Amino acid sequence: MTPEELQGIILGLDSELSLREASSVLMIKVPASSLMKIMVSLKEDPRFAFDQLQYHTALDWPAEDRIECLYHFCSTQFHHELMISVSLPRTNPVLPSVSHLWPIAEWQEREVYDMFGVIYENHPDLRRILLDDDWKGFPLRKDYKDEFMLERPW
Amino acid sequence: MVKTLEDRINPSSTNDSVLSTQEYFVNMGPQHPSTHGVLRLVLKLDGETVREVIPVLGYIHRGMEKKAETIGYRQQIHLTDRLDYLCSVMNNWVSAEVVEKAAKIESNERIQTIRTIVAELQRIQSHLLWWGVFGMDLGAFTPFLYGFRDREKITKIFEDTIGARLTMNYIQPGGLMYDIHPDFVKDVKSFLTYIKPLFAEYDGLVTGNIIIQERLRNVGIMDAKTAIALGTTGPVLRASGVAHDLRKIKPYGVYSKVDFAIPIGTVGDCWDRYAVRMLEMRESVKIVEQLIDNVPEGKHLTMKAGAKIRPPAGVYYEEMETARGIFGVMINSDGTEKPSRVYYRTPNFHNIWSITKISPGGRIGDLVAIMSSLDIVVPDMDR
Repeated sequence: MTPEELQGIILGLDSELSLREASSVLMIKVPASSLMKIMVSLKEDPRFAFDQLQYHTALDWPAEDRIECLYHFCSTQFHHELMISVSLPRTNPVLPSVSHLWPIAEWQEREVYDMFGVIYENHPDLRRILLDDDWKGFPLRKDYKDEFMLERPW
Repeated sequence: MVKTLEDRINPSSTNDSVLSTQEYFVNMGPQHPSTHGVLRLVLKLDGETVREVIPVLGYIHRGMEKKAETIGYRQQIHLTDRLDYLCSVMNNWVSAEVVEKAAKIESNERIQTIRTIVAELQRIQSHLLWWGVFGMDLGAFTPFLYGFRDREKITKIFEDTIGARLTMNYIQPGGLMYDIHPDFVKDVKSFLTYIKPLFAEYDGLVTGNIIIQERLRNVGIMDAKTAIALGTTGPVLRASGVAHDLRKIKPYGVYSKVDFAIPIGTVGDCWDRYAVRMLEMRESVKIVEQLIDNVPEGKHLTMKAGAKIRPPAGVYYEEMETARGIFGVMINSDGTEKPSRVYYRTPNFHNIWSITKISPGGRIGDLVAIMSSLDIVVPDMDR
């Protein structure tokens, strides 16, 4: 499917979905409440057949007080790709885990928890992945500070 | 809800009332020769049978993504050398290409052809190193010497053109750091004539060896569906029978102009992963052969080396097929000279997770073979 066709079909799934502008890959904004429903249809619907979760990461927008979680899917059958964007509040961000749909998400969600502090509900093994278990704070947030960081004069 | 490693290996789950052999945890790594660096695997063992594998990452985590936020679009390319150091040029290429696409920097046919040639040479070089180390992990020392001997020939070619042997930092937005060495074409051609008969020698030395075959066949089987679900890419995915290669699916560089095949496996065991890489080297030789005679004329850099790069605000993503799988770079630009967020989608971070699913039930010796057949590079996982 071309990105335009894909966009048409996906936006038709639910009236709450909208296009996320300024992205080189087709990206759809999904409210956190209807994320699970959309994810199931992306996986199960034979028109999409998104069987591979390419990566899952997040962006921090402190000025707008939100963390934007990004999922990038591709289909090994049709070779089309799609990104899903979910915005969460910066304080206490919670998302349902999609690891029962795409097992690799278990691994990727641990990284997003480690770096951004997003808590995943029903995650089988939510632990820090790259940092120590007793690490304080979430380093990829824009306001992260610790005593090892140096101020750059330039 | 958030757990620690200690909770994870807490023996509270073992039921003492059931008569069973004792299960215990053993650390494999972080300092273990067959973990290829500083990967730590916590193994739950029952005798010599592996019951559970818990990979513990982060021993070489350098905070590259955070670091990339404080430096410019051109500088972050240096960091990608240090991810998968055996695919440094391919990593450079992705991170340069995403900046080129974002800031609409043009390149020309000469640049793309040289990039493709260097990337394919590096694929051969990377697979040669893997082949040597694979033999060593299985207890055969000779392939290591052969692999390094022949890898050195490519390293010499790179040294002449690029000036570095490992962290190349060769490709930058808008072109290449240096034009190719005057002897480059001659050297590459003599390398190709040198390496072609050697593949048969490798096969005679290792591939046909009955001990190697016994160690690899039907070990660590991953069928196509599992391989996709576990997020593997590259030769690991193709060994499971999925012909997913970005060089064919969405050709970049000049791959659309060359003729090559994608070797795929059938069973998805260690043997298939071995065979796929051995065949891939031959295909890479084919690609370089088709390109090396007609490198187009032109400039090697289309923009000034010091020119400011300010992509318009937005999210950009680019991915390519490196020797280990799909390496992708996602950049979120806020319109300034520094990226607001850089994410490196590294192949090894995703490939290593499959070890937790395919190795339980086997022996420790099989685990080493599986790990080696996944061709892991630890700095690429930890970033």
